[in-house]
Amino acid sequence: MSDIEVLPELKQIIGALLFAAKKPLTSKEIRKALVDAGASYGGPYQQFSEFKEDDILSAIEELKTELTQGSTGLCIAEVAHGFRLQNEINCGPWVRTLLDKDQTARLSKPALETLAIIAYRQPILRSEIESVRGVAVDQVLRNLVEMQLIKVTGRSELPGRPWLFGTTQRFLEHFGLRNLEEMPGMDELKRMVQVEKPVRTKPFPEMEKELEQRAQQAVTEDEDESAGAEEAN
Amino acid sequence: MHMPDLLPNEEYKVSLEVFEGPLDLLLYLIKKDEVDIYDIPIGRITTQYMEYLELMKILNLEIAGDFIVMAATLMVIKSRLLLPDEERGPVEEDDEDDPRWDLVRQLVEYKKFKDAAGFLGHLEEVQENVFSREGEHVELGARPDVGMSDVSIFDLISALNQALDRVPREELNEIFAEQFTVSEKVDYLLEATKNGKPLTLGRLFRGMRSRHEIVCTFLAVLELIKLNRLSARQDNHFDEIVIEQVEGGEPEPVLEEDVTV
Repeated sequence: MSDIEVLPELKQIIGALLFAAKKPLTSKEIRKALVDAGASYGGPYQQFSEFKEDDILSAIEELKTELTQGSTGLCIAEVAHGFRLQNEINCGPWVRTLLDKDQTARLSKPALETLAIIAYRQPILRSEIESVRGVAVDQVLRNLVEMQLIKVTGRSELPGRPWLFGTTQRFLEHFGLRNLEEMPGMDELKRMVQVEKPVRTKPFPEMEKELEQRAQQAVTEDEDESAGAEEAN
Repeated sequence: MHMPDLLPNEEYKVSLEVFEGPLDLLLYLIKKDEVDIYDIPIGRITTQYMEYLELMKILNLEIAGDFIVMAATLMVIKSRLLLPDEERGPVEEDDEDDPRWDLVRQLVEYKKFKDAAGFLGHLEEVQENVFSREGEHVELGARPDVGMSDVSIFDLISALNQALDRVPREELNEIFAEQFTVSEKVDYLLEATKNGKPLTLGRLFRGMRSRHEIVCTFLAVLELIKLNRLSARQDNHFDEIVIEQVEGGEPEPVLEEDVTV
């Protein structure tokens, strides 16, 4: 092991980690790497264990700006709950040529529709998907599971205990989504009728607290409103 | 519309599952007629729906049971609308007594998911230009995507309908009818679209005088699209449909005569 004369800055380490990682990294994972490296190398390496996730996040922001300003052809994207070092989109054609990826197959319309339904309504039964699409989705589901874009997330309590399906991390990565909330109209398209979510009553004290909070909120809102009305007058 | 024995063999049975379902057909008809989705003229749409179903039968397309179920649903709604209010019988939904409502809700919901699917499709296109160390894009499997990104099967069937309408129903010379085959038409199509030459469906059907020939040609188009040898596109909704050979499809075998000459 050669000794390092000058220790890198935090953002340099993060840049190196993102470069080497084969999947999007979360700030938690980055921190774990810092702590673990500190423990195994000891000495000056330990100082990086001190950094909190917030420090890491702001270092990533710095890196982001520097990558763009330095015209490096690289950027950091937020994908699948983590950070990913990738090429800038306008450089894509050259990378595609280099990697011989010009003939990328795309998902078929039925596959995309099925994925969309699952993304919004997960966990969802096959029969529920079919009632939205109006056609059988057997084969499509099988293909999507094979591509690891969806997975079986559990079994329903219904007779026959049918499978429930949900999207995977890979789904987010494939479409470059940060999280499911990035899908348009998530609130509206989410399950309109809850099919079988078990009703869990909250323990009493908790419920009381919530009610109290709500009542207080309502009061402050009222006050705000009346204040606004007075101003208007 | 009754056309027995138009197809000499059962060989060419296209599974519609690859394409679209009954809700897609309904949305297509609604869009085509520019009717209000919340106020569907159920009589007219039902008639059109049945027409398309009939055409699909003629084409020997494997019609999924779902299409038949939807036909029945439409009939029920239609008959209920014909009844005076008080005789419509028990209404399941207490707040809504329009028999169309369930269907409308399903269509509207489905439309939203279709739009969301479009959004995903767009993201996928963008991501094609993004690479990272994980490198591997999702392996989409060996089956090639069907080359109908902008055209629905119903656009194609509608083009067929127009072509058939043009041809007189009964022709005397049908007695001497030439025997057309789908495979013959497959060869013809590949020849006609050689070297990336685009061809509109209108032009393709123009010279044809026999319904049999039109149907065979149409099936050949479907077959080639399914094999990913041809792609169909439509620049604007309800424009002419253009078919083209898919780049990177199988190369044409070069005949030896061509080389030596």
